Amino acid sequence: MIWNAFLLAIREIRRNLMRAFLTTLGIVIGVAAVVTMVTLGNGATRSIQEQVSSLGSNLLIMRPNRSFGAGTGGSSPPDFKLVDAEAIEREIPGVRAVAPSALRGGSAVYLQQNWTTQATGITNDYFTVANWEIADGRIFSDTEQAGARAVCIIGDTLRTKLFAGHDPLGQKMRFRSLTCEVVGTLKPKGQGGFGNDQDDVILMPLKTLLRRVWGASSSQEIPTIYISAKDGYDTDEVTQDITALMRQRRNLQGAQGDNFQIIDTKQIAQTLSSTTQILTALLGAVAAVSLLVGGIGIMNIMLVSVTERTREIGTRLAIGALEREVLWQFLVEAVVLSSLGGVIGIALSLIASITLSNVMNLPYQFDPFINLLAFGFSAGIGVLFGFMPAKRAARLDPIEALRHE
Amino acid sequence: MSLLEFRDITKTYGMGTAAVQALRGVSLGIDKGEFVAVMGPSGSGKSTAMNILGCLDTPSTGAYVFEGAHVETLTRDQRALLRRHYLGFVFQGFNLLNRTSAQENVELPLLYRGVSPAERRRMALEALASVGLAGWEHHTPGELSGGQQQRVAIARAIATNPSVLLADEPTGNLDSARSVEIMQLLTQLNQERGITVLMVTHEPDMAQYANRIIRFVDGLVADDTRKEAAL
Repeated sequence: MIWNAFLLAIREIRRNLMRAFLTTLGIVIGVAAVVTMVTLGNGATRSIQEQVSSLGSNLLIMRPNRSFGAGTGGSSPPDFKLVDAEAIEREIPGVRAVAPSALRGGSAVYLQQNWTTQATGITNDYFTVANWEIADGRIFSDTEQAGARAVCIIGDTLRTKLFAGHDPLGQKMRFRSLTCEVVGTLKPKGQGGFGNDQDDVILMPLKTLLRRVWGASSSQEIPTIYISAKDGYDTDEVTQDITALMRQRRNLQGAQGDNFQIIDTKQIAQTLSSTTQILTALLGAVAAVSLLVGGIGIMNIMLVSVTERTREIGTRLAIGALEREVLWQFLVEAVVLSSLGGVIGIALSLIASITLSNVMNLPYQFDPFINLLAFGFSAGIGVLFGFMPAKRAARLDPIEALRHE
Repeated sequence: MSLLEFRDITKTYGMGTAAVQALRGVSLGIDKGEFVAVMGPSGSGKSTAMNILGCLDTPSTGAYVFEGAHVETLTRDQRALLRRHYLGFVFQGFNLLNRTSAQENVELPLLYRGVSPAERRRMALEALASVGLAGWEHHTPGELSGGQQQRVAIARAIATNPSVLLADEPTGNLDSARSVEIMQLLTQLNQERGITVLMVTHEPDMAQYANRIIRFVDGLVADDTRKEAAL
């Protein structure tokens, strides 16, 4: 019986192709909008997660709490010391690597080229912690680290901007007053989660930066310590352990607040992606309203169609169609129309989301769940909004219907 | 025993003082193989009687026996099944589906009967051939003349091999030449296939093709004449 109803519905739709197309247009647009919005939103979420994880896995960043010190003692809280980093590595169980680092901005010069950038002084653990890989050359040797040698490794942006065309390996370049030899280049990471260029970087041994770029002999102090937690350890617990250790090392009493902060990149990722997820849901919901409007369009046309086809319904009833067969015919017609709209909408959204992902530089991933959901929803709308007109058709009195002009 | 039998049938529309009695105690029997013309002025109750005969309506009181079944006790769906299996309908306005080929129109009642597609096609083409429309199966109503459309409608009505064919003013929308053709076709179906034909008509000329004329006046059978000679 359902197959018959399906056949009749297809015949009816074929008889009125133009009207069928216009009727489903609302559903087509609704489904396309919902699926495209959600696909793009998911792409944005994924892109943020990828960018944050490119910072390093299980990465904690510890900094002195500058804003805290301003009101209390006049002097801002002190930077960390190298021994702090060593203590963390030695005493906290969940720590995989600790990388103390310092930054210095300035311009880099090679031949006639000039580029304003930042140099980061690091220990070799930094490569692990911050997920840097060497493209060419090598990392620093222990001698270079201990002896504060004038060597550096450059990011991809510097390689292209400063050394345009030349092989930078073995070349001497100048950063501020320091002339250093390029011993390696880094694999590119691309744009960061905050729109910054992660590849615009010069790395050099921590001691080289502190002694020879900062210049101050007192500078055994380091502003930033990167800590990578071991897999399987909860970064919250590691953060708590480090906080306790650092409070002790910095002589903070019970009531005093922390004068340093530990940022968990996983939390940043979570916050950012939950924000985009909320936005995705909102956009999806707005688009879903158009799906609903599409459903009302279908109901409208089905009601008109029932009135217009009153005589036909009368004829069908007279030649022996059962009430439920007429009901099914119209219901199936509504569902076929709306599902057809759903299929076309999904096809459109496929084109739209692939194109827009490309334009907006987002990763594209086909999400079967949202596609199935949107299709199911469109079919459901057919049932919901087709039922009333179908019921009206089935309830017609054949005598009245045959008399209808 | 008659094929169809009305036993003191009344039909009242409306309630209380506004009530209109369309049939006021009609009893009649129609035998298998008869060709009956039903006549009468508007408001005489002939349409009401035809609706009840066609199992589209039920009487207010009285009994309607169709091949031994009491139609007045049947549900709406049961009456629909009865129509599906035993009755064929031809309407004044043809009532074909627009933009649908003659073949698909004729297949419609077969579809409701659950006949397989191949069998449906065979039966539809056969019915179209028997009304003289072989080769026209792919034409839509818009491409056919009025007379041809009514033939398609008749083909639709007889495709299921019904025992009774109910025709409501089948020639009402046709010119006299087409009307004669349709009447000849109905006569042929009646005589060659033994289909009982009940036809409402206003035109005495058309009624002459029948072998029995029942005339309604004011909700009662005023006259019931058999043309014995034709039998």
